[in-house]
Amino acid sequence: MIRALFPHPILAAGVFATSVLLSGAFNPPSIALAALLAVLAPQVMRALDLQRVRVRAPLAILQLAGLVAVDVLRSNWAVATIILAGRKRERTSGFIHVPLDLKDRYALAVLAVILTATPGTLWVEYDSASGRLLLHVLDLVDEEAWVHLIKDRYERRLREIFE
Amino acid sequence: MSQTILAWSLLVAQALLVVAMALAAWRVVRGPRAQDRVLGMDTLYLNGMLLLLVFGVRTADTVYFYAALIIGMLGFTATVALAKFLMRGEVIE
Amino acid sequence: MTANLPTWAAVVVGLLILAGAALSLLGAVGLCTFKTFYERVHAPTLGATLGMGLIVIGSILFFTIVEGRFMPRELLIGVFLTVTTPVTLILLARAALFRDRTEPQEKQGAAPPP
Repeated sequence: MIRALFPHPILAAGVFATSVLLSGAFNPPSIALAALLAVLAPQVMRALDLQRVRVRAPLAILQLAGLVAVDVLRSNWAVATIILAGRKRERTSGFIHVPLDLKDRYALAVLAVILTATPGTLWVEYDSASGRLLLHVLDLVDEEAWVHLIKDRYERRLREIFE
Repeated sequence: MSQTILAWSLLVAQALLVVAMALAAWRVVRGPRAQDRVLGMDTLYLNGMLLLLVFGVRTADTVYFYAALIIGMLGFTATVALAKFLMRGEVIE
Repeated sequence: MTANLPTWAAVVVGLLILAGAALSLLGAVGLCTFKTFYERVHAPTLGATLGMGLIVIGSILFFTIVEGRFMPRELLIGVFLTVTTPVTLILLARAALFRDRTEPQEKQGAAPPP
């Protein structure tokens, strides 16, 4: 019964919150509209027949979010100094290959968002057959250090959460 | 007092964003390749959206928020479509 | 219109928005000064992550105080941008990589790996 009404509970909650925020008011009409949308909109997803998201460790999500927030701050600072230094500073940028053990599609999507949202690293291409990720790094000093950082800092935690 | 502080910092912030938009537009005109122009367009959209948000704070009017949201969505769709075009459009000649 | 805004709030909101705008400008400067396309892709993320975040927080704080209630509409923009920017940038980088692989360049900074 609950499953029939809410095939994707997280999505329904998201739609509800979005609708309330767009209405800009927390009164009965806007809540009614939001509830209606939260019930109806996720029904569309049935046709797509998506794989269900399975989250193992909810606490680890918060930990990861904090970590990413700190990293975004730090890498913003790093890229800002690079831009300000201009051509005075010697810097090499380049592509690196990172072998990934992650297989879960949602975990990979989250990793792509994290890596691209931190300035200085850009997810370019992922080959699902070999599990190899092509990454562009703005300030490439030590290739091994980057691979180690991504695998140890993000991938391990994402595997805890999703796999 | 609080009025002047806020008004001036918002004005300066808007000026900075307009300069950012001009730089992005320069990249659109300059190129050199199509992907550079698309990236410039994306930055232009982004800074335009932020400018609208600052407008909203300056006038204390929430209508700018909706405009910013729509600009953001249009920018996303446009950039994705153009990136797709770069991948497909020129291959099949 | 902004009469009921205390001085501390005006200073905080002003600083947040100024810092955000400055970061976005820095991103646009990077867009103009970096030499190769793959370096340039990194530049706008400054404005799209921390720059956007600072302006959104400033705006939320401002409207919370002025309207006297907590309605963080701007969070929608924050979430939306955080989800879409990586999509556009990854697509664009892949398109560029594809073009560089298919049509050999006469003068390209660093050749992409196969």
